[in-house]
Amino acid sequence: MKFIISILTTAILALLLGLYLPWWSIALAGFIMAILMKQSSGKSFLAGFLGVFLFWGVFAFLQDMNNQHILSAKISALLSMGNNSFLLIVITGVVGGLVAGFAALTASSFYKNPKVTKNI
Amino acid sequence: MRVISGLISAAITLGLVYLLNNPIGSKVPMALGSFLSPQTGFWQNASPINEDFSGLVKNDFLKDSVNVYLDNRLVPHVFAQNDNDLYFAQGYLHAKFRLFQMDLQTLVAEGRASEVAGKVALNLDRENRRLGMRFAAENTLKEVEKDADAIARYTAYTNGVNTYIKQLTKSSLPLEYKILNFKPGEWTNLRTMLLLKMMAKNLAYGTQRDIANTAMKTVMGIERMNILYPQVNDSLIPIVPKSTLFEKPIAVNKPVTADSIYWNANIKVPFINEENRPDANNGSNNWVVAGSKTKSGLPILCNDPHLEMSLPAIWYEMQLSTPNSNAYGVSIPGSPYIIIGLNDSIAWGVTNSQRDVLDFYTTKFKDDSKKEYWYNHQWQPTKLRVETIKIKGEKAFQDTVAYTVFGPVMYDKSFVADSNFADAALSAKWVAHHTGDDGESFYKLNRAHNYDQYLNAIKMYECPGQNFVFASKTGDIAIWQQGKFPARWQGQGIYVMPGQDSTYNWQTFIPQNQNPHSLNPARGFLESGNQRPVDATYPYFIPGTYITPRATAIEEKLTSMNHITVEDMKTMQSDYYNPLAFDMVPLMFKYIDLSKLNNDAQAYLNQLKNWDFKATPESIAQTVYQLWMSKLQEKLYLDEFEKKVGDSVQLIYKNYYFPTEQTTMELLKRDTTLQGTVDDKTTSNKVETISDIMTAALTDVTKDLNQLSAENKLQWTKYKDVSVFHLLKKALLPFARTGLKVGGWNNTINAVTQSHGPSWRMVVHMTNETEAYGVYPGGQNGNPGSKFYDDYVDTWAAGKYNKLWVMKAAETSSENIKWVIRFEK
Repeated sequence: MKFIISILTTAILALLLGLYLPWWSIALAGFIMAILMKQSSGKSFLAGFLGVFLFWGVFAFLQDMNNQHILSAKISALLSMGNNSFLLIVITGVVGGLVAGFAALTASSFYKNPKVTKNI
Repeated sequence: MRVISGLISAAITLGLVYLLNNPIGSKVPMALGSFLSPQTGFWQNASPINEDFSGLVKNDFLKDSVNVYLDNRLVPHVFAQNDNDLYFAQGYLHAKFRLFQMDLQTLVAEGRASEVAGKVALNLDRENRRLGMRFAAENTLKEVEKDADAIARYTAYTNGVNTYIKQLTKSSLPLEYKILNFKPGEWTNLRTMLLLKMMAKNLAYGTQRDIANTAMKTVMGIERMNILYPQVNDSLIPIVPKSTLFEKPIAVNKPVTADSIYWNANIKVPFINEENRPDANNGSNNWVVAGSKTKSGLPILCNDPHLEMSLPAIWYEMQLSTPNSNAYGVSIPGSPYIIIGLNDSIAWGVTNSQRDVLDFYTTKFKDDSKKEYWYNHQWQPTKLRVETIKIKGEKAFQDTVAYTVFGPVMYDKSFVADSNFADAALSAKWVAHHTGDDGESFYKLNRAHNYDQYLNAIKMYECPGQNFVFASKTGDIAIWQQGKFPARWQGQGIYVMPGQDSTYNWQTFIPQNQNPHSLNPARGFLESGNQRPVDATYPYFIPGTYITPRATAIEEKLTSMNHITVEDMKTMQSDYYNPLAFDMVPLMFKYIDLSKLNNDAQAYLNQLKNWDFKATPESIAQTVYQLWMSKLQEKLYLDEFEKKVGDSVQLIYKNYYFPTEQTTMELLKRDTTLQGTVDDKTTSNKVETISDIMTAALTDVTKDLNQLSAENKLQWTKYKDVSVFHLLKKALLPFARTGLKVGGWNNTINAVTQSHGPSWRMVVHMTNETEAYGVYPGGQNGNPGSKFYDDYVDTWAAGKYNKLWVMKAAETSSENIKWVIRFEK
């Protein structure tokens, strides 16, 4: 449960910070989340990653659906990945996810690694 | 342990952010983090397919409210109460749908492309600054500012553009800014003038060949130059019907020294590639048929300007209406007014005049400071203009441009690395440097109701010279070649001229009323296709880069046609008949030596036997013909500009150009040596005949044709690969439309080459309720993420049209209207 909440927290923080700050505020979102939600480094990373991966990925997916892939087809070709809208959405999510994930991992290192619990 | 792993992950995080916050090489010029972020990046430009364009714009600059009705093709129908609000709305709409192109094109015109593109654009920037593009725009703006009404209209337009720019956010920036990583600059009246100067450069700069001619004269000799590059082609059918009587000309005096220091002088010119020369195919067709030739008894006017085709297109379609005016047609984003179109009473269109209005003069500086130059027997001060060119990612470049009495010194040793030219310099004198408000002509045309008002509108127009074709609902048809043209003595300004005194300067201009024109000719039609406007009886020397064949095709068709309908005219705009091939192919058969052809070459030759001379998309004959013709040109003329150095062949002059294919054909009918060019100068032991060259050319291209055949590209359209590129060309290839199935060539009426051709096709029937059709290879919305980005391309390629809906003020509940943008004070 805590893990799922931390994913949601990352996503919501990323959305809100992104309204006022440049794109790299997703790192802040992951970082703040991991400070607030004390978890193992692995879980922190994953929560940061998934939080932004889902936020950016779903956002991109919705934009792409409404646009009927007109632009994603062009941009994916421009970035040398052929005409592949789906791949572009995944890459969007992964890039955002990695930044937030590593920021969360950094934050989690301020805590001692908690004992492994069954409560996932 | 935790400290170390924490430091490592912090380093990775910061490293990732850094990497994603900066461009990665030239292939990916954007910072990927921001670009991929769905909150700020390109996903924001992936606008919904059912995007709502309606909105409300509030601005204190407005005097009243404006309603803009956007129809199902995203064409805005602007209804304003006064001119101020009308042009404010036009500026806003141009910016909303086409901001990037306006911004980029005026940056280029001003010599600021390096700010965006980096050092690769430095040479282009220097060229535009040394040509005096900004100097010209500033001069025109000064003239415009003398007219309170005119400057108020431009200012309204500028305010409209800036109102849109100011409300942009990082996420709503047009896509190209996100890719290139820059921001739109504020619009100014000067930038509108710069845009008009860009049109002048495109249409009235490449029409001179002074430097090339001067270089070529030294190997060709004047006599051969006159024959190989004739002023009047044998088969010319001029714009103004032959046998028109011309008024007595005003006198211009040929200098007594012309033989010694102009014609026969060895004037130094720079060894340069004129890489940035505008496309020689920049031209157009327009024609108008009178009621006597049409089925309805009413005139039909047609126009298709041939320009570089691009996405977004140069044209933006719109209707501009106030209680006192109602114009519909295409505008150029960056400038107010409708440029080609119609109103409730008349229709008009333009083609390029092709006239030479720029001359180069030799300039002698006292020393390297360029502060003084020799003129009228003494050292005179130059005006120095220090041009600071900002370069993306590098230190700014400073270029000092001297101005003489003629104009800017475009070429000197600081710009040209050529030791032979080190002590020489050339000033450019250009009509575009000093013009009035040419936009005023379009303002007035938008409101003209009859021939007199049309003439009054265009007669102040100066540069680039255009053929303004005209039709009215009252049945008049007319054409004027209008512009400000120097009155030259015979031969003046086709070669670089001595600039040491005023002797060779332009003495005066051709009086406006003596510009070539025709009103209601008995034959019932008028046409222009970039040919010389008049035959040899016109009493002025008017050099230019004229194009003969297309006008011949138009003239032949219109002469034979009667009971003409709109459909006939549409069909004609897409016509593929190649008049040059019709004349040339018999000569090819006459001189080919069949005994020397292999089987493949024979087979290609046979393709031409029963050809109907149509350059259709499927035609193989057109491919064979054009490749053969191009090779023939190369074999005939290239060696004239080469010399043997040891075992290798070198160019004598970089900036040579060949006689036109039309001239080759005409000469071949009366001179089988083509002024001695038939002989290959690089073979010393043999004198080639036309038969040798004709046969060798086909033999050479047979290899190319076999290669094309193997790739299944023999069909004309597959060989040609018609493409409409994004303005940033191959850097944004996925934004282009390639492989369009369109035939034609620069000598057919449907003048589509690879990426150049009819940039707008329009047919207007002067019926009581205007019946008009138009199409351009693009779409109304400049956003590559919009379905309106390229939605006319296929219509255009198929030779089809959109029906133009001239909306009436009362039709606000029409089902054509999809969105409304309202402007309020």
